[in-house]
Amino acid sequence: MNHLLRQLAPISEVGWELLDDEARERLQPSLAARRLVDFSGPHGWQYSSTNLGRIEAVDSPAADGVSAAQRRVLPLVELRAEFSVARAELADSDRGALDTDLARLDTAAQRIAIAENVAVFHGWAKAGIAGIAEASPVEAQPLGTSAEDYPRSVARAVESLRAVGVEGPYGLALGPDEHTQVIETAEHGGYPLFDHLAKILGGGPIVWAPGVKGAVVLSLRGGDFLFESGQDLAIGYSHHDAETVHLYLEESFSFRVATPEAAAPLSS
Amino acid sequence: MGFDQYHEPPEELSAESRTFARLCASLTEEAEAIGWYAQRLDVEGDADAQGEEFKHFAMDLEFLLRRSPRWRQICEGVLFQEGDIVAHGEAAEAGSAEASADVEESGAADGSLGIGSLKGGER
Repeated sequence: MNHLLRQLAPISEVGWELLDDEARERLQPSLAARRLVDFSGPHGWQYSSTNLGRIEAVDSPAADGVSAAQRRVLPLVELRAEFSVARAELADSDRGALDTDLARLDTAAQRIAIAENVAVFHGWAKAGIAGIAEASPVEAQPLGTSAEDYPRSVARAVESLRAVGVEGPYGLALGPDEHTQVIETAEHGGYPLFDHLAKILGGGPIVWAPGVKGAVVLSLRGGDFLFESGQDLAIGYSHHDAETVHLYLEESFSFRVATPEAAAPLSS
Repeated sequence: MGFDQYHEPPEELSAESRTFARLCASLTEEAEAIGWYAQRLDVEGDADAQGEEFKHFAMDLEFLLRRSPRWRQICEGVLFQEGDIVAHGEAAEAGSAEASADVEESGAADGSLGIGSLKGGER
């Protein structure tokens, strides 16, 4: 048994399968960062830091004539989103019920996916994570007031990446409101805006990215944006009483930007 | 057109098992292609296309290993290791059997949801 303590929960195999499947189904569409950045791992729960390959001087060496330096690392962060499930609902699922109420799991999944996206795209200063948009040396240009402005601004962003030698393919992360506008819009002549943007990106993905403000165009060539997973997203057990099982979604990760100029943010 | 990769009624298999079977079939085809090119190189000397098959085989294998923690664990004990291949295989199998006793019934070996990277998925 590992740190998730799943075997201590009063949940049947069928129940765990239901919970894991539901979590996977809810998380995958929302985990926008994982569609666009390099993913390494999972390296395990005990994995605690990312090697940055850098050092900093240490002021007081232990002896005269000896210099000292300390390795710099980026510690992994742990995200946890707690939720609960009624034991009666799990019992009904064991009987074959198909309409189990897992609303709190769905909410937790959405929250932790947003937290991951925000850390990757907009950063998390207290955790030492610089996000893609804030790390970019390119000043954020407006995406446009209407969806019909998007092709021009996305094309300019792609050109700005090409101009500094950042090759494609390129991807586009869109905040939920902007993504909805893209899906709903057909340009003059009825050509779907989604397809037009995909052509500008060279066929790269257009990703629905909850938590992202505005949009970010970034290169997918690899080696620029590095997500390092310790424990990948998992459901763990906290405690239970006669009525309810208390569980949580959890992961550990670090994120770093190796090539800040490989992304161009667009403001909403 | 056939569904030879299935040995049980496809409608009784989970979507996950069907995907796994498709990729196993694909892996076999890539290995066959590597063998064909090896033979062809002997008579033609054209080395270009075989590299593609090496790449495809590696990609298929990585896809499958991400979905099969025990297979992955055994491969980690055997592949890219110096020394006796058979001994490494025996040790890796024994190690994975021990580890799998601690593994929960559902989910990946670490108890996670096994989501990992989504890069390269459909948009």
